[in-house]
Amino acid sequence: MSDLNLAKQEPVFNTNKSMVYVLFGFLGFLILFPVLSPGQFLLHLMIMIFMHAVISQSWNIIGGFSGQISLGHGAFFGIGAYASSFFYVEFGLTPWIGIIIGILICAVIAILVGIPMLRLSGHYFAIATLLVGISFQIIFQRWDLVGAASGLWIPLTSEDSYYAMQFHSSKTPYYYLFLIFFVIIFFITWLISRSKLGYRLRAVRDDAQAAQSLGIDVAKHKIIAFAISAMMMAPMGSLFAQYILIVDPDRMFNFEISIIALLISVLGGIGYVWGPLVGTIILIPLAEYARIFFGGTGGAVDLMVYGIVLMIICVFKPSGIISLLPNHILHREKKR
Amino acid sequence: MSILKVENLSKSFGGIHANQDISFEVQAGEILGVIGPNGAGKSTLFDLITGFTKPDKGSVIFQDQNIFGLRPDKISNLGVGRTFQKLKPFADQTLLENVMIGAFSKENNQKVARDKALEIIEFVQLLEKRHHYAKELSTGQRKRLELARALATDPKLLLMDEVTGGVDQKTIPGLVELVKKLRDRGVTVITIEHNINIIMDISNHVLALDQGKKIAFGQPKEIQNNQKVIDAYLGTVDAA
Repeated sequence: MSDLNLAKQEPVFNTNKSMVYVLFGFLGFLILFPVLSPGQFLLHLMIMIFMHAVISQSWNIIGGFSGQISLGHGAFFGIGAYASSFFYVEFGLTPWIGIIIGILICAVIAILVGIPMLRLSGHYFAIATLLVGISFQIIFQRWDLVGAASGLWIPLTSEDSYYAMQFHSSKTPYYYLFLIFFVIIFFITWLISRSKLGYRLRAVRDDAQAAQSLGIDVAKHKIIAFAISAMMMAPMGSLFAQYILIVDPDRMFNFEISIIALLISVLGGIGYVWGPLVGTIILIPLAEYARIFFGGTGGAVDLMVYGIVLMIICVFKPSGIISLLPNHILHREKKR
Repeated sequence: MSILKVENLSKSFGGIHANQDISFEVQAGEILGVIGPNGAGKSTLFDLITGFTKPDKGSVIFQDQNIFGLRPDKISNLGVGRTFQKLKPFADQTLLENVMIGAFSKENNQKVARDKALEIIEFVQLLEKRHHYAKELSTGQRKRLELARALATDPKLLLMDEVTGGVDQKTIPGLVELVKKLRDRGVTVITIEHNINIIMDISNHVLALDQGKKIAFGQPKEIQNNQKVIDAYLGTVDAA
């Protein structure tokens, strides 16, 4: 058989069997984890890991796959949080539908904001997103309909309620809620990364002119990436709002959310599907334990830890922790 | 049959006429060589035809359709491919992935796009390098990569900016052969080329530019003996 025919028979994706088992084993462990009665703190830690993994994956879609550095992604987190909470507080609409409304609103806003902003390149786009992020916080601080600076207090139900998505007796239902979104969003990202869209987004990132010469509408692809990214951020805002049951501008439009999304991605490895997960697994426990260790005074200690870890990574492994793994695990086809 | 008809195409940057009233026709299935000294406006002409620079005036008719001022991706999708003088590979992706991105312009199916990319990679004789990252390839190999990537979009017309520039002498004949094989595949080619021997060897027609203007158009033999061309281009080479 000719070399060409042999090449054609290579698998399209060199998926490593043992990696698949590891992934399913990991997923099985996550599903069974609450059964081991790990205690409220560990459940909380896992919830934070799921949430931050998704937040940074959302950032990874626009920052890692399509190469546009966003510094205002927290805005979509806040919009998601307000959307589901507002419709529940005002109209008694279940957050299940509120989450979907939040996702749709974020998609529309991402497209409207993205059309003018994504024409800007490089640093200018980053600055614009930073300002948009801050503007949303200011808007919500002044907007009486959504409670202005004091925000929305979600009325508590007397007992656990799936309709109201409130669980007071245990964190376990929240754990599963976050887990479901985490799995779905990572699965979607995995699909995108090996699809035609994924290839074309990477092309736009690596060289926009070359991408254009191959028939790729660069502006459209950036907007698609921005919208997908925003749609991933929204449900995390909604779920977090249900988790803490209070929605206010300072918490939900916190600049820290935008920065953490970026930090985790860079730390884990931008442009890789599993980069944000690796980054989260390292950073979030570190940050949470640092907070416990240094006590209530250390509000910013976790950020200092981020900074130090990030500096080490930038100096020694700029492509992220995940690039320490062998190639086949990164779902790259083998070289040579 | 003419596949491309350029009329009075002009572009100025500030007060400089990068291209001034350039008109010519390209016949389907031929190789048109574009020559001229540095700064003659060759690359600008390519950018105007492929939409990377907005022309000031004139018209560009590709297969009976006016593509004047369209966006580069639209022009590419209509069947005009190009390579760049300053190479633009997707550096962090493999050769195969690079070419697949080209193939995705006409194909949606992953497997079909991959097979097509592999066939083209074999055509440019880089099959054994398919899993190498673009940044690991030599300049000559990256030229082939760009060629393969552009070919994967199924262009009817391919504009090649200095295929043999910046590569060592040994690899030039192979690249020249590739260009000829392209024509045999039915792709019309416009190529910018500094090496006069290559131009004389492969071109059906030659367009000579100097200081943004067309100074001659015709068969290679005619161009070789054209006094204006000798003065502007060959003359300076002799004097040097």
